[in-house]
Amino acid sequence: MTKKIMIVGVGGQGTLLASRILGNTVIGEGYDVKVSEVHGMSQRGGSVVTYVKYGEKVYSPIIDKGEADIILAFEMLEAMRALPYLKEGGKMIVNTQKMNPMPVITGAAQYPADIDKKISDKVDATLVDALSLAKEAGNTKAVNVVLIGVMAKSTDIPYEKWVETIKTTVPEKFLEVNLKAFELGYKL
Amino acid sequence: MKKLLLGNAAVARGAYEAGVKVVSSYPGTPSTEITENIAKYDEIYSEWAPNEKVAAEVAIGASIAGARAMSCCKHVGLNVMADPVFTVSYIGVNGGLVFCVADDQGMHSSQNEQDSRHYAQASKIPMVEPSDSSECLNFTKAAFELSERFDTPFFVRLSTRVSHSQSLVELSERANDELKPYEKNIPKNVMMPAMAIKRHVVVEERQKALAEFAETTELNTIEDNGSEIGVISAGIAYVYAKEALGEKADFLKLGLIYPMPEKKILDFAKKHKKVYVIEELDPVIETYCKSLGIEVIGKSEFSLLGEYTPAMIKSVVLGEAPAKSAEIGEDIPVRPPVMCAGCPHRGTFYVLKKLGLTVSGDIGCYTLGAVAPLQNVDSVICMGASVSAAHGMAKARGEEFNKKLVSVIGDSTFMHSGITGLIDIVYNKGNNTVIILDNSITGMTGHQDNPTTGRTIKGEPTRQVDLVDLCKACGIDHVVVADPFDIKNFEKVVKEETDRDEPSVIIAQRPCALLKTVKYTGHCEISADKCKNCKMCMKLGCPAISVIDGKVVIDDTQCNGCGLCINVCPFSAIEKKD
Repeated sequence: MTKKIMIVGVGGQGTLLASRILGNTVIGEGYDVKVSEVHGMSQRGGSVVTYVKYGEKVYSPIIDKGEADIILAFEMLEAMRALPYLKEGGKMIVNTQKMNPMPVITGAAQYPADIDKKISDKVDATLVDALSLAKEAGNTKAVNVVLIGVMAKSTDIPYEKWVETIKTTVPEKFLEVNLKAFELGYKL
Repeated sequence: MKKLLLGNAAVARGAYEAGVKVVSSYPGTPSTEITENIAKYDEIYSEWAPNEKVAAEVAIGASIAGARAMSCCKHVGLNVMADPVFTVSYIGVNGGLVFCVADDQGMHSSQNEQDSRHYAQASKIPMVEPSDSSECLNFTKAAFELSERFDTPFFVRLSTRVSHSQSLVELSERANDELKPYEKNIPKNVMMPAMAIKRHVVVEERQKALAEFAETTELNTIEDNGSEIGVISAGIAYVYAKEALGEKADFLKLGLIYPMPEKKILDFAKKHKKVYVIEELDPVIETYCKSLGIEVIGKSEFSLLGEYTPAMIKSVVLGEAPAKSAEIGEDIPVRPPVMCAGCPHRGTFYVLKKLGLTVSGDIGCYTLGAVAPLQNVDSVICMGASVSAAHGMAKARGEEFNKKLVSVIGDSTFMHSGITGLIDIVYNKGNNTVIILDNSITGMTGHQDNPTTGRTIKGEPTRQVDLVDLCKACGIDHVVVADPFDIKNFEKVVKEETDRDEPSVIIAQRPCALLKTVKYTGHCEISADKCKNCKMCMKLGCPAISVIDGKVVIDDTQCNGCGLCINVCPFSAIEKKD
């Protein structure tokens, strides 16, 4: 059975690195893997979506509505936007950070009120203050690795395997912060 | 060894293993990472050329000289390189020659959604199309080999999802990369009428040989599941179809998508009650099938627009409803891309908007100047068009209009094809003002060096093209360098230059905030005592500044401390904090 994980967030939040850590960890487990990324203009502060799929044989790199086993959301509005992609019985991990999109900044639209409650009412969601944990780890940019830590716990891939991938994926000078961030997420 | 590789990195690996020696490209999403990955191999000479036409010609020259060579671009880049491409079809190759073109279905980062397969047909150059990273590697390798076997350049066609998806590949060693002998061969390599007439005959003979090859090549595969439904597909659409239909259909997967195998298609169609052609964008395979008299189902059921999904295919072919899912339940705000916090272009557009100017725009991050709240780009066409289109606007509407008109173009885009427009303005007595947004890098495609940065693709120092000298040499007497974050001075400069009865260039100089060499520190904070809520800072459209509970606040996780908002606040209410 193919496992389908979707990572959603705002361009610049480090979703690409998160999907690469995930992808590289699961190949170590002998699976076929596809990771679909977003580059270019859409990376500039817009909604970004990456897909990670693994299993015996993976064909399509993308995930359709109602199919994702897990959605890892880096921002709450993006979590809400991704709701239709979660399969029945799927699980959502949501960073409680709010980032106003330009239509909200200009006053053309409102950021949805009580968004955390709305998400929790609809799906099985774990809400995480990943920003505070990233700060605790030493860098607000480590939000992505905190969330990977939270997600890692709900897979059957052992802790050490994740740490191994982080060591090979993350640049040396950010390694300590990222390992700490992963641990904080994992142990939550 | 199996490795997880991006489609683009796999193309680079395939070229490496094929023994490619020279690669020249211009960056363009979704093709950029091919050449970036090529640059990591020391055995290959690689470069960023000023534009795709130059890049293709460098590769063609290398091929004539006996090396395997490649040039990579996005779909619209192929328009720029089309001139040499059509003629090298006649010349053929000495060393294998591959043009790699990545289409952008869904327009994730492009100004149009053209289907590059038409170029294969129009230029009579064969084209392969991989579906995943493994095929990216193998098809690219095959393209080099076939290029030499059939004495023709080859296209490798990609799409965003193939280029930017990672999947597993098997790596092997690099082949022998010895140069082929160089021999002077005027009838083959000098394309003037007398020679080209004869070469056209050769091209048509080659077409026949390739058509025969298409019938037997392993690039085209048939999967027989004993179904009455047959699916003809290629590239990314094939993996969507395969995921959607599994063993409920038989598949004819075309790896060589030009020329197509006539007999194989006829034979496949004959064995199936219903034949679907599943291809994104234009009905290229479908039209071919119909020309053979086969009744296929294609664009009558599938869209001409954007990307497909497996669910879409399941619904059309099997009549299956999509999976159940949660609903959002309300309209939620969209999140379009925006200029980054600290973006140097923000200062420029703030001033242009304040002065109420008409802005002829171009391709790059600064195209985002068209998005609210700045909304100050009037037209965007293609690379370099900001300069020439503004010249056309001025000639159409006269000097009064021209005094309120500017072109904005990035440093890399100016080198690409803005400079020819500037020469046109000088030569044909235009009085335009062109603003070159010099952020010291090619930004949108993810930081590639260009002739103005002083570094090569490998990061080696090189002679830097001086934009001021260059513009002056073109005949522009008034070239002013100004910092767009010094709002007052920048406004003064723009006023002076647009008022002038001569052409002028303003170089808005400030590096991209994402460059490692840019070290803004701390963040900006609004003092609640001093803030009069005038919302001048909101006009910047900075993603870090928003109104929460009626008060303007700066989000310190997004602010990078560039300080532009400090410069626009009339009450000195914004301060820099550590």
